[in-house]
Amino acid sequence: MIQLVPLAVLIPLAGAALALAVPGRRRLQQGITLVALSSVVVLSGTLMYLVDASGILVMEVGGWAAPFGIALVVDRVSALMLTVSAVVLLGVFLFSLGQGLADGDEDTPVSIYYPTYLVLGAGVFNAFIAGDLFNLYVGFEILLVASYVLITLGGTAQRIRAGVTYVIVSLVSSVLFLAAIGLIYGATGTVNMAQLTVRIAELPSEMQLLLNLTLLIAFGIKAAVFPLAFWLPDSYPTAPAPVTAVFAGLLTKVGVYAIIRTQTKLFPDSSVDRLLLIIAGLTLLVGILGAVSQLDIKRLLSFTLISHIGYMIFGIGMANAAGFAATIYYIAHHIVVQTTLFLAVGLMERQGGTTSLSGLGGMMRKAPFIAILFFIPMLNLGGIPPFSGFIGKLGLFTVAADVASPEAYWLIGIGALVSLLTLYALARAWVLAFWRTPAQAGAESKHAKPATTEALMLREREQALFERLQDAPDAQPQAEQKEIPKLMFVATTGMVAVSVALTIFAGPLYAYATRAGETLAEPGLVVEQVLGDDDGSGSESPGGGSGRTTLEEVDPDE
Amino acid sequence: MTMPLVLVAVMVVMYACGVYLMLDRSLTRLLLGFLLVGNATNLLIFLMSGGFGAAPIYGDSSAEEMSDPLPQAFILTAIVITFGVSAFLLALIYRSWRLAHDHDDRVQDDESDLEIATTRALAATEVTDEDLAETLEYDDEDYPESGADIAPSGSAASDASETAGEPKP
Repeated sequence: MIQLVPLAVLIPLAGAALALAVPGRRRLQQGITLVALSSVVVLSGTLMYLVDASGILVMEVGGWAAPFGIALVVDRVSALMLTVSAVVLLGVFLFSLGQGLADGDEDTPVSIYYPTYLVLGAGVFNAFIAGDLFNLYVGFEILLVASYVLITLGGTAQRIRAGVTYVIVSLVSSVLFLAAIGLIYGATGTVNMAQLTVRIAELPSEMQLLLNLTLLIAFGIKAAVFPLAFWLPDSYPTAPAPVTAVFAGLLTKVGVYAIIRTQTKLFPDSSVDRLLLIIAGLTLLVGILGAVSQLDIKRLLSFTLISHIGYMIFGIGMANAAGFAATIYYIAHHIVVQTTLFLAVGLMERQGGTTSLSGLGGMMRKAPFIAILFFIPMLNLGGIPPFSGFIGKLGLFTVAADVASPEAYWLIGIGALVSLLTLYALARAWVLAFWRTPAQAGAESKHAKPATTEALMLREREQALFERLQDAPDAQPQAEQKEIPKLMFVATTGMVAVSVALTIFAGPLYAYATRAGETLAEPGLVVEQVLGDDDGSGSESPGGGSGRTTLEEVDPDE
Repeated sequence: MTMPLVLVAVMVVMYACGVYLMLDRSLTRLLLGFLLVGNATNLLIFLMSGGFGAAPIYGDSSAEEMSDPLPQAFILTAIVITFGVSAFLLALIYRSWRLAHDHDDRVQDDESDLEIATTRALAATEVTDEDLAETLEYDDEDYPESGADIAPSGSAASDASETAGEPKP
């Protein structure tokens, strides 16, 4: 069964190579991508089942034993992340397939879109199964370089402007990560995460703190944690709708996943947990306040994305098995729901020609189905029972109440407030876009019959609201309405169905997350699995710089 | 662990220059800054590898004399990645320069940031040709307040004040 592990990375990479080998033959490229992504969905589902049934899977690449070779480790968390991200990648791919088929792909150089998309997937999967800090770095780089290409797709002026910010910020975080790896290697003589669990614990606490913070800053930029989240609302919304959806769903979560690994595998006795809780609270608050002041739906969603990262950091900061379990469930929920919302906004953009709320209106009558597709994930993200958002938040708050420290109580309050504000911001967007009389039609109908006082007051308040809110900096001019292909509806409906499934199967899923959280809280288990009986701690002295490891080679494409 | 002071000094200087260059608005300097910082990091990993010894080739020397090959593998990988990213950055800079060809290769201003910085009220409207065409159908008496309402800000205001049209909501 171990042979299945590297396939999660190899299938998308091979698919990308194949798709790149047939440029211009769009049908074939789409077929290859579809097959590759579907098989990864099946594969990751299988892995999830296997890992849950029989424990952690460890693959030693090339047969080199663990401390020397590269280990790929799939535990319950990795398997769940793999499955959820594979499903999301497939859903978004179907959506972009529908969009591309309808538009004739005039705006996007399609011969690189599908291969890049697959490489992005390979990077995400590689980061999830990395059992080695340097391999995690390579996974990050694969997905980042693919995301650079996707975010500047087509090379229009506004995408280049947004892309420059994104690329530079990501580069800085990558360099920080690499420097942190260098420092950790200098301090411990290894980059194998299982071995690091043992050796970092032997380091003096000041050095642990230094290494921990360096890694946290590098991952915090990627996870878009306050105050390192400034880049996100500026860069994500300019990309094409499917790209924004997949970025919002997956990329920040890879950062959160890396933080989970850092806090559980590398620094289980970390002294920064309190700091994490404070940061979680600030992320929650600052993010949602940004969302409330936005007029553009894509920007609004980007700010809610930042805000909800706070919930995940909240769970990590509590640093016990139940907290990790709640975070894991919340990540799975948030990946699906955030992606679905962005897909629904993609549909709205096509229907209304813009994502600015000032230009949208009256869509309830024209497109009632889109209204439903936006409404369900909206309630879900806002944490209305019985949806999965409610279950995730309830899980977090229950754990916090058990922890019973002042920070935890504060965070329960902030979390509940943010949940309400999320609902407020999204519901306002929904009402303005769907329930309002159409913007242009408003003026004409007023001309036809004398407007009632209420209608006038409503209109004035609307105007005042629009003046207070911020529109997107690079708002595209209102495009004409385009016909929406069926496949886009099917893909979005499918994602809504997945998000509802997370609610229906919340019982087994939360139980799974609980088991995963327990594994995370006991890093010793993984150490035994990866390194065997000999934990490799005694042979070399930590802090001695050079571990006399003889590694054959590090394959950058691994 | 001993480190040659010269290499440490070189690393520090490279980091300092690289960070300084990365703070510049010019994209080309930014690229140079990134290259410096990237190579300084490679140097950092190299310094972290401990004492220097013989080439780590099996059979040539005993294990005790060898230098640690793992950081060298890291550096090689990092160099390849830096190389790829630099190529992408160059393409990005070229594209940015083409788009702004009569300006230069600087980071473009975020127009809404400028707007926030320079105006008191946010004008959430922009008057397009379509609006101007539409407004001809209405008389000014229908919207007595509309002419005065428009905030005197941005390019939209100058267009709008001439026609006294209602800005598109």
